[in-house]
Amino acid sequence: MTAASYFTGSAEAGSATALQHDERRERLTIAGLSLPALLLVTVCLIIPVGSLLALSFIGAQGNLSLENYQRLVDNKAYLAIFLTTFEISAVITIICVLLGYPLAYFITQLPPRAVGFAMLAIILPFWTSLLVRTYAWMVLLQKQGLVNSALLKLGVIDEPIALLHNYAGTVIGMSHIMLPFLVLPLYGSMKAIDRDLVRAAANLGASPIVRFWTVSFPLSLPGLGAGALIVFVLSLGFYVTPALLGGGKVTMVAMRIQKSVALYPNWGAASALAVVLLVVTAVVLLLGLWIWRRNRGNRPVMS
Amino acid sequence: MIRWLASPAWDQVAHYRRLWLYAIAILVMIILVAPTLIVIPMSFSDSKYLTFPPTGWSLDWYRTFFQSSTWLMATKTSLLVAVFTVLVATPLGTLAAYAIHESRLAAMSGVHAILLSPMMVPVIMVAIGLYFIYARLELLNTKLGLVLAHAMLAIPLVVITVLAGLKTYDMNQERVARSLGAPRWLAFWTVTLPQIRPAILNAVLLSFLTSLDEVNVALFISGGDNSTITRVMFNSLRDEIDPLITVVSTCLVLVSVTIVLVVQLANRKSHQ
Repeated sequence: MTAASYFTGSAEAGSATALQHDERRERLTIAGLSLPALLLVTVCLIIPVGSLLALSFIGAQGNLSLENYQRLVDNKAYLAIFLTTFEISAVITIICVLLGYPLAYFITQLPPRAVGFAMLAIILPFWTSLLVRTYAWMVLLQKQGLVNSALLKLGVIDEPIALLHNYAGTVIGMSHIMLPFLVLPLYGSMKAIDRDLVRAAANLGASPIVRFWTVSFPLSLPGLGAGALIVFVLSLGFYVTPALLGGGKVTMVAMRIQKSVALYPNWGAASALAVVLLVVTAVVLLLGLWIWRRNRGNRPVMS
Repeated sequence: MIRWLASPAWDQVAHYRRLWLYAIAILVMIILVAPTLIVIPMSFSDSKYLTFPPTGWSLDWYRTFFQSSTWLMATKTSLLVAVFTVLVATPLGTLAAYAIHESRLAAMSGVHAILLSPMMVPVIMVAIGLYFIYARLELLNTKLGLVLAHAMLAIPLVVITVLAGLKTYDMNQERVARSLGAPRWLAFWTVTLPQIRPAILNAVLLSFLTSLDEVNVALFISGGDNSTITRVMFNSLRDEIDPLITVVSTCLVLVSVTIVLVVQLANRKSHQ
């Protein structure tokens, strides 16, 4: 019977479905290889974050309530902390753009051999311990530090100024730590600019300034935007550097969260703050993605 | 040189008209690199105070470091945790990258997103979330807890690096091996793996560094005899600027520099 049905159409269809079954099983088996990693991420990330989400909706009496969020709205101190966080993150992003743009542009001008060396200047700090870099700035910015003594010698200032344990120190240190996050994507998109477009603009008589603002700059925007977004979002949730360089005078959201957990265990307040931070981060990222997609869709095809 | 100055850059502006920009760029590069390197000479200072350049040289701070049981224990913890993080994150991340690359199931893009999510969630949230869960699982102040947390943080890195390696590899080679009768795992082990070795090496080195330098999570979940270097360092920095930290910093910087150079050289070789 099997030999006979081997030649009939219906059995052929049967073996085709069997093949499909086989293929499906094969795909599932391969997909299963990602399970251990998924399990790890679930246990160490999704469950912890999920628990915080749940905790944020539980009130002081163990009942379901919005009081943790209500507190964030009612207490003006929280609003001030969020505003400080946004302001510092924005200032850092602007500084990184101003410093990073010339740097990325400079690297695109270098001969291929030198590019590797220049990239080291960005990748080395990127992979150097955050704590070491923060410490280095503590040493440099202190009253008798190198920055102060250099400024004194140059006659810019008459007496050492306070650069550490305040707003200025936080911004300087964090900008240094964030700069590679801006330069790496920016350099990528600058490198990809079709140089013939700039050449064409030059041939058509556009001045260097016009060429920059109408051709090079718009084409570098995707990378600049991506870099700026990453810097802004990472700054929002930063803890270590502002905690050490701010000296308690600058309170960012992450420091407040740490305090709520470590000093007076108030998980409701801490988790609500963390959830708001996560939501803000996600919204900023999605907004960036949306703008990026829209621009990509609108841009005329150039090839 | 003069010819170069007069020659047009890629955006058709003569280099000499861009020199002010290049000057800024070089200054920025110096600002990026110099602060981290400055701790190295300072660690050899003979002074109790942090002055730069140091007034005299000595190995006093290194001696203090090696006589301190707190620092030695923290160093041991950090190194052990980093090694085990590599041992957990590399195989798990590599398997997952292979699954994402090879299984054409629609759900895999979701799996990919989940495995990259440790990079997206604000790290302070990860830290307190782990603190909360570990308190219930009795994993606080344990090496196991640290390894699991650091491996989770390293998974995205491994997945990204190995996926990039798989993209440059011709999977048909593995298919040939399998059509000749090798089971999938053998084909992967003997044909694919040797060819994506540079990517795996990157993943190993970078996850080691991720664990060694990790602060935020370690601050919350490590402690006691299982404190990491970074935790001890953070706590001592909050009190004062202890010159002993220059020694620890120098060691961490040297590890980073070595790893980055090895990775860069390996990448260059694999590109050629």
